[in-house]
Amino acid sequence: MVLNLKECGLEFIKRLDSVANITSEYIVKSDEDTDDKYGYIPFKRPIDTYIKYGLIVLDKPPGPTSHEVVAWIKKMFNINRAGHGGTLEPKSF
Amino acid sequence: MPIALERATRVIGILMHSFKEYIGLMELHGDVDVDRVLNVMRMFIGKIYQRPPLRSSVKRSLRVKEIYSIDVLESEGREILFRVKCESGTYIRKLCHDVGLLVGVGAHMRELRRVAVAHLREDLFISTMHEVSEALYLWRKYGDDSLLRNVVVPGEFIVAHLPKVMVKDSAVDAIAHGAQLAVPGIAIFSNNIVKDCKVAIMSLKGELVAIGKAVMDSEEIERSEKGIAVEIERVVMEPNIYPRMWKRKQTR
Repeated sequence: MVLNLKECGLEFIKRLDSVANITSEYIVKSDEDTDDKYGYIPFKRPIDTYIKYGLIVLDKPPGPTSHEVVAWIKKMFNINRAGHGGTLEPKSF
Repeated sequence: MPIALERATRVIGILMHSFKEYIGLMELHGDVDVDRVLNVMRMFIGKIYQRPPLRSSVKRSLRVKEIYSIDVLESEGREILFRVKCESGTYIRKLCHDVGLLVGVGAHMRELRRVAVAHLREDLFISTMHEVSEALYLWRKYGDDSLLRNVVVPGEFIVAHLPKVMVKDSAVDAIAHGAQLAVPGIAIFSNNIVKDCKVAIMSLKGELVAIGKAVMDSEEIERSEKGIAVEIERVVMEPNIYPRMWKRKQTR
C-alpha cells in the first residue's frame, strides 16, 4: 500500500507520539492535502536541510564539560549554532 | 546528551527544563546494611531542599527540587548502584552526600550516567563522538550520508511529547513570518490540547513549524470556525520554504 504525502506526514507524527509514549487521537478539521513542490517529510530532507533541523542524542564522553562538547560538534559540522538539553558535569557520561 | 543543531536549537530549551533520569554509583564511607540505605534513599522521594555545590554554574541559593523515583539496582560492599528520576536542576552529587549524612557514615558520588532527558532515552537512539566523526567522514570523503542520517535525527523528536496541531500548507509561511495560528489554518489536531499548554505546530508533512501556547482547547478548536487557536512563541521553520499564501491587505 503506497501512502500519499499527507499520510506519510501523519505516520511520522504518530511515530513521534509513540517515542514519547503518548496516545493521542487526531481530529480532522480539513481534508486538504500537502503539495510535494515544497517542504519534506523530516526523514527525507536533503542532507543539508536534515542537518540544519537536526538533533544528535550524544553519548557524552567523560572529561569535557557539556559546553565543550557542543563546541566540538559545532566545529565538526561547521555550523554556527548548536545547543544542549541540560548540563552534565565534566566527569559524567 | 541531546544536542540540537542550527534551527533546532530554537526549541532545545524545552528539554533543558524537563525531567532527567540517571544511573549513579555511590560509595558509602562505612559499612551499612543495604536495606537501611534503601530506606534512607526512599526518604528523598518527593520534594527536597538542595543548595548547589561550590563547583557549579548556577546561583547557590536554596532550592526545592523533586525526586520522582529512586531504586537501588545493585550493591557490593560500600558501593551502591542506583537509578534516579528527578526534576531538572537536581544535583545527584548533593543527593549522594545527603544520603550519606542521613545514613550516618557519609557517602559520595563515584560515577554518574544520564540515561534519559524527558522522552529521549539512551536505549532509543544514541551516538558516540566516534560514530559522529565517522559519519561525517563517510559523507565528506565519499558522498555517503547513510551513517550521518543514523547519527543525526530530525529535530522534531525534541517536541515529540507535546500535543500537536498540523496546519494547512497555506498557513505555514504565515506562521513562519510570525502570524498567530487561527482556526481556519488548522487541518488536523490532537484531542488532548488544554488551554495554556505548549503545542507543537507541524506541517502536513510532519515538519516542525513553530511552538506555541494553546488559547483554545481541543473541544473549542473542533467546534469553532474562526479565532486564534494558538499563540506562537517560537518559530523554528525558516520563512519562504512554503510559498507565501497569506492574503495581503488590498486598498480598493
